[in-house]
Amino acid sequence: MTPTGESPRSRLHAVRRLVTDPPVGAMIGVLVLAAAWIMLSRVAGTAPQSSVAPPSPRTGFSAPDFTLETLDGTQLTLSDLRGQPVLLNLWTSWCLPCRVEMPAIERVFQRHRSDGLVVVGVNVTSQDSEAAARAFAEKLGLTFTIVLDRDGLVSDRYELMGLPSTFFIDRQGVVRAVIIGGPMSEAVMLSNIEDLLQGH
Amino acid sequence: MLPFVRVGPLLVQLPGLVLLAGIWIGMNFVEKEAVRLRLNASTVLNMILFGLVGGLFGARLVYALEHLGSYVAAPLSLFALSASALHPMGGLLAGALIAYLYGRSIALPARQTLDALAPGLAVFMIALGAANFLSGNGYGSSLQAPWAIFLWGEYRHPTQIYETLLAAAVFLVWEFLPAGPWPGARFWQVVALTAAARLFTEAFHADSIITPGGFRLAQLAALFVLAAAMFMSRRWSIAVSQTAFDAPSGRGPEPKSRPLPK
Repeated sequence: MTPTGESPRSRLHAVRRLVTDPPVGAMIGVLVLAAAWIMLSRVAGTAPQSSVAPPSPRTGFSAPDFTLETLDGTQLTLSDLRGQPVLLNLWTSWCLPCRVEMPAIERVFQRHRSDGLVVVGVNVTSQDSEAAARAFAEKLGLTFTIVLDRDGLVSDRYELMGLPSTFFIDRQGVVRAVIIGGPMSEAVMLSNIEDLLQGH
Repeated sequence: MLPFVRVGPLLVQLPGLVLLAGIWIGMNFVEKEAVRLRLNASTVLNMILFGLVGGLFGARLVYALEHLGSYVAAPLSLFALSASALHPMGGLLAGALIAYLYGRSIALPARQTLDALAPGLAVFMIALGAANFLSGNGYGSSLQAPWAIFLWGEYRHPTQIYETLLAAAVFLVWEFLPAGPWPGARFWQVVALTAAARLFTEAFHADSIITPGGFRLAQLAALFVLAAAMFMSRRWSIAVSQTAFDAPSGRGPEPKSRPLPK
């Protein structure tokens, strides 16, 4: 018993009643506090993340930049593609899901190239060979740009965790969707690209 | 953060595994609670399974409807095993609807059934926080403090840890507070506390969806759920009090369960 004559059991009962059957005043108090917390945690702009998010291979962040050599020997810099939606696909010739999804990527490229879509296939050459990559591209008749990541630079910057990895990058160079693993279905590619084209 | 582990040729998604584990552990708690509440445990578990399967189909269907052109162009993709092609809210609503219809078809008592589901919800929220920690989703805003975690290029609020700890606290409240005074009380208690926890932690997120006026959408949704849970709790308690008042014995009968409304 407490000095007030209240037993621990009755105090527990009182706590239980307060939690499971709070008075209306307490409920209103909770809602007012909640509303005040929402007001306090409002953000000034349209996003709590700063508009210039640091480069990271992550939805909502700037796509990490790189410059790599293409299969035909020219240089490609990702940031030069600003203004166009980009599908960036990391692959190797020995990766089975990469082989399965590549024809669908080619079809999607053909369907939307006139809309400005750019597809960049990054062959992870550090885990593959240039000859195998070239033979793979020729066999499948790939017409989009293929670059060679000989030193694993892009694999590192894009924190490659599994093959294939696909990044959907909007016109401002911001990653809008990431798909790790595969094979990715054609509808998933199309839906993400349509989001990019519509500026979602 | 550890979103994937490679097991031979397979790329295993750890967050997905943690969520599955959360569902399995949660269902174990639901089963025990259903037995304690003298419900048919296997029927309640069937209801959950119907809800999960219905939720999965609903999530894919709503995603496909949202991207109808893409799925008309590649209709077989509707059946692709792709976790990215799911609409979470569509799945939640479809799953809840299927579970409700199943429960109604076999006349499960609504309030006791919801009480039995309460620990499952609390355990799932713990698993959700842990899954977000592994995937790096739901990341926090910048923070310079000893407890900050380095994620996505800077030190941030460990929002996933906040959420996991608060979900664990909600579970402990469910575990250690005695049973509610009327059927349904514990369910609304868990829902209200979960909503309050989300409302609090969302303030530290850097990935919030912002509405006009600078409000965080998840906070507004959590406020709505919190108010609805308190309203329902109050409404059900009044219904039980009136039943007790009308009873000739003075104290009134034990609250009776009702089947899900037709």
